[in-house]
Amino acid sequence: MNYNWNWSVLFQEPYLGWLFSGLQWTLLVAIAAWVIAFVLGSAIGILRTVPNRLVRTLAAAYVELFRNIPLLVQLFIWYFVVPELLPEELGLWVKRDMPNPEYVTAVVALGAYTAARVAEQVRSGIQTIRKDLVNAGLAIGLTPLQTYLYIRLPISYRIIVPPLTSEFLTIFKNSSLALTIGVLELTAQARQIENYTFQGFEAFTAATVLYLVITLLVVLLMRLIDQKTRIPGSVGAN
Amino acid sequence: MIKIDNIDKWYDDFHVLKSCSLEVERGEVIVICGPSGSGKSTLIKCVNALEPVDSGRIVVEETDVTAKGTKLPLVRARIGMVFQHFELFPHKTVIENLMMGQIKVLNRSRDEARRKAESLLERVGLSDQADKYPSALSGGQQQRVAIARALAMDPIAMCFDEPTSALDPEMISEVLDVMVELAREGMTMMVVTHEMGFARKVARRVVFMDQGEVKEVAATETFFNNPETDRAKEFLSKILAH
Ligand SMILES: Nc1ncnc2c1ncn2[C@@H]1O[C@H](COP(=O)(O)OP(=O)(O)OP(=O)(O)O)[C@@H](O)[C@H]1O
Ligand SMILES: [Mg+2]
Repeated sequence: MNYNWNWSVLFQEPYLGWLFSGLQWTLLVAIAAWVIAFVLGSAIGILRTVPNRLVRTLAAAYVELFRNIPLLVQLFIWYFVVPELLPEELGLWVKRDMPNPEYVTAVVALGAYTAARVAEQVRSGIQTIRKDLVNAGLAIGLTPLQTYLYIRLPISYRIIVPPLTSEFLTIFKNSSLALTIGVLELTAQARQIENYTFQGFEAFTAATVLYLVITLLVVLLMRLIDQKTRIPGSVGAN
Repeated sequence: MIKIDNIDKWYDDFHVLKSCSLEVERGEVIVICGPSGSGKSTLIKCVNALEPVDSGRIVVEETDVTAKGTKLPLVRARIGMVFQHFELFPHKTVIENLMMGQIKVLNRSRDEARRKAESLLERVGLSDQADKYPSALSGGQQQRVAIARALAMDPIAMCFDEPTSALDPEMISEVLDVMVELAREGMTMMVVTHEMGFARKVARRVVFMDQGEVKEVAATETFFNNPETDRAKEFLSKILAH
């Protein structure tokens, strides 16, 4: 192979700036999407466990819908189709005036998709709690809502830290799809550097290393949270 | 004080409670026994509306537990409940387990709740375990904490559902001792148990349940010496055999 290695290109402007700008957008997309996924996913996961059947069914429908359509398709639907379906005024605003439409769309799409996955984790966490433990809460006079606040959710979230970690990691990987609608995140910037310099190996190596660093930091952060919140006596606790 | 009036309950097409009636007076201790699956747990859960009934009424001190619109949390807070598997809140320390209901339901201040919790822990002999998590305690200790947690709400009556059947034999008596003391102090108690020694010691009456029916309600000694039904005789001979 006749390839001219040139690592220094990574440290030249504007390419270094592109990489960091890409990293910044990756973080911005993933973290904002995670906030949506966590809040919306928690709400939907909780609704999947309430007594009301209609509510449960609607929440389950959300999960099935968003979990089973490929993320890329969802991204295109949010970007190309949803603005057409909105009421006229709102649709116009989204298409013409909304600041940073690619970014907003990517965050919403990734957030809504990951919310379905978070919801499944939250639901299964809640459902591992024995009925009589909830009964014990009711028996001291807690309302059903209070049993969620003080018993079911605090226990469930502690149980599901590990699976939530992997969802959080996945959201960083999935954020690279945002490039398909024009968000200049890390992968997009690596591609751009390749286009300009033909140093594709270096550019994508740099991107890979940055993704790895993010992954490591997330794993460390979540492990810390896990240790801080773990219920003494539960599996794996010390 | 507790009046169970002709209740019926179904799980889908399974008739789990059949026209059950029972009255418990203030300060009375009643032991409920019967074969597995006879509906004892279900009956006791109906008393504080952890399970709804399909027909009939349950009245606890003037309050109709089974009526629509009854504020169930307040009714339940007044009836202590002790479960077979303790059901302590695993993410809370022992003392926090005793404080939660006092603070969230009775709106006591943290200080007041803590003082009450401490005095109850002392009473069940667990003052030194206050800051441990439930998982660090033995079964017998956990069940004593569960009893203290129920007492922290100043209940007017206590329901026990096989409180000793998940315990190793050497821990049974430490729990029964607490219950006997409670009975002697005049607590109204409904106790599902097969501890016949306990029944003989403190129960005024024994209820025998079979296949969802209250088959027999008799004074304790009468029940042991002269059970009326053949089913009760058969049950007693099995229970007392070991
Ligand atoms: N949630 C439920 N759904 C369907 N059937 C149930 C449910 N809970 C209990 N049952 C059935 O109702 C019957 C009575 O149950 P219950 O727990 O009241 O019996 P029990 O007398 O307490 O028995 P044990 O001594 O085994 O605790 C049993 O046959 C049980 O299988
Ligand atoms: Mg039972």
